[in-house]
Amino acid sequence: MPLTIPREEYMQQGHTACAGCGATLSMRYVLKGMGPKSAVVVPASCWSVIPGELPYTSLKVPLLYTPFASAGAAISGLREGLDAQGKQDYNVIAFAGDGGTADIGLQGLSAAVERGHNVLYVMYDNEAYMNTGIQRSGSTPYGAWTTTTPVGSKRDYKRENKKFVADLMMAQNAPYVATAAIGFPEDLERKLSVAKSIKGPKFIQILSPCPPGWNYNSADTVRVSRLAVESRIFPLYEFRNGKLTLFKPSKTVPVSQYLYLQGRFSHLYDSEVKVIESAVEERWQSLLRKEQV
Amino acid sequence: MESVQSHRKIMTGNEAVAVGVKLAKVKVIAAYPITPQTTIVEELADMVANGELDSKFIEVESEHSAMSAVTASEASGVRSYTASSSHGILYMHEPLHWAAGMRLPLVMSVVNRAIGPPWNIWGEQTDTFNQKDTGWLQIYCESNQEAMDSILLGYKIAENKKILLPVMNMLDAFTLSHTSEPVDVRNQKKAAEYVGDLELDSKLDFKNPAGYGSLLGPDGPFMEMKKDMRDSMYNAIGTIKNEISNFNEQFSAELPGLTDNFMMEDADYALVTAGAISSTAKYTVRKLREKGQKVGLIRLYFYRPFPGEDVLKAVKGLKGLGVVERNLSFGQRGPTYEDVATSLYGRVDIPIRNYVVGLGGRDIRVKDFERMFEDLVEGDNEIEWVNVGVK
Repeated sequence: MPLTIPREEYMQQGHTACAGCGATLSMRYVLKGMGPKSAVVVPASCWSVIPGELPYTSLKVPLLYTPFASAGAAISGLREGLDAQGKQDYNVIAFAGDGGTADIGLQGLSAAVERGHNVLYVMYDNEAYMNTGIQRSGSTPYGAWTTTTPVGSKRDYKRENKKFVADLMMAQNAPYVATAAIGFPEDLERKLSVAKSIKGPKFIQILSPCPPGWNYNSADTVRVSRLAVESRIFPLYEFRNGKLTLFKPSKTVPVSQYLYLQGRFSHLYDSEVKVIESAVEERWQSLLRKEQV
Repeated sequence: MESVQSHRKIMTGNEAVAVGVKLAKVKVIAAYPITPQTTIVEELADMVANGELDSKFIEVESEHSAMSAVTASEASGVRSYTASSSHGILYMHEPLHWAAGMRLPLVMSVVNRAIGPPWNIWGEQTDTFNQKDTGWLQIYCESNQEAMDSILLGYKIAENKKILLPVMNMLDAFTLSHTSEPVDVRNQKKAAEYVGDLELDSKLDFKNPAGYGSLLGPDGPFMEMKKDMRDSMYNAIGTIKNEISNFNEQFSAELPGLTDNFMMEDADYALVTAGAISSTAKYTVRKLREKGQKVGLIRLYFYRPFPGEDVLKAVKGLKGLGVVERNLSFGQRGPTYEDVATSLYGRVDIPIRNYVVGLGGRDIRVKDFERMFEDLVEGDNEIEWVNVGVK
């Protein structure tokens, strides 16, 4: 199989991310796919710290930092500002975490997509507020420990289901919606090249495992990412022209194999794991049905 | 010779503002509707829809997004604009700081309106007094002519490389926003020449990519950057004065200085005001002068930077001064009082009184100003509520 991942690097060493950070791999692959004619908008998130202190930056493209809730509006303004100068050929990319997307930034994202600006919104999903110290977000999955769902003696883990923002974007009929995982970089690069070919708002949600937040060995980031897809807890799909295409992994593994690698699920009893397994199966069947429509 | 005026037209304050934005050749507008600002953005949308103004128009879903959008478009290097009011500008408070902190020379208009609860859409300036510490220059207009001219002047000042801070241009709800007055519309060609093209040295650069608004720790130049912002604002007064003279010369206009001193030369007693209520105050001053009372008025055209030296010069020789607030601060006197008192402290010894007027659109009548002038002669040092009683 030919190598489909561009060799060019637009993210350099010298950043401040943790060892094994999935969010840095997400940024690296996104920039490889989008190329040097890009500007990245970053709201408050791990990525507002990772590039380094002023005046240094570990990226080879301009980075515009914004307040937490501002990513959707800022990419809108940046797009229109560049277009007003005839710079239609530059990519405008939001790179926001799950808190900045599923929670505080959801209104801005939804409105930017509704207005139809020619932008790419990347949600790097590490399933909690990691930069502030692992607090629960709307994108935190059922069963997870976080510092605000601390389990305790009352088994107060996250009792609510994950909000799948990509599903919301499908409901909004965005021109292009995809989910991706850093453990499947060829798939991510292909999705980026599709996104690049579409004029209008694009949304890609990339599962970005977080060693300290998910409590696993930092060498296992790619493994955890692949298990998320193979266990179907994080299905990879693509939505274009109103049509959903679901990626069916050639190898499937039980959900428990994904969960057991991570300390954030270590408190779960077998009966609780079964609840997660059946929810995963239910969502998978629902996506299969949507694919048939 | 081509006239510096295009024509004279009867227009509301909101129309005058929209025409000012058109004259300034703004390239990106992002706005959200809120009474009584709405007709500004409606007017601008019409201009864009009819090809009179070549601008992008982003119909954002909130004021927070309006300010975030124009901050990003301005950072890309194009002149950008928004307008808001009341709760809208409160919702913008965070991105207001962001825009100023990024040293982006935006101009925005604010139609001053009360803050709820209780819900109230009428005039009051608490909304923008709450924004006085955001790093934006603040201008309070008295007329629709000023509302239009202050947009052009605003961009000229904001984009001055010695200043590079955004400008907030205020007009009072309904009294200006929805009231028609004759306005000299400046010649479009002349106006475009006056503001020129935006040349932002710090715009997003694809050849030399950097982080805009990056992180800084306690030992980085964080404090130095804030000091530079503060210095740029505080030291802007000279530049602003020059720019006002330049504007008046170029357009045969009559913008005041940072303060508008009315019948102050030999005054014994004077009031300090901001915004459209100043017209009623001036009428009262003239009326009392006819009766032989030596009274005057200092209208603050600029509130940030605060023209403390100009106020000091104007009050010398007074026997009493009253500071009129159309805004409310809880737990202390009004912000204008504090600014005036700070500017005069230890330099002149004049009793200063503080009046709260016109909240939620409450009428401010000639007899109210007459009462304030009477009160100055003998009053004590407490804050006075004007035209307030059990309804």
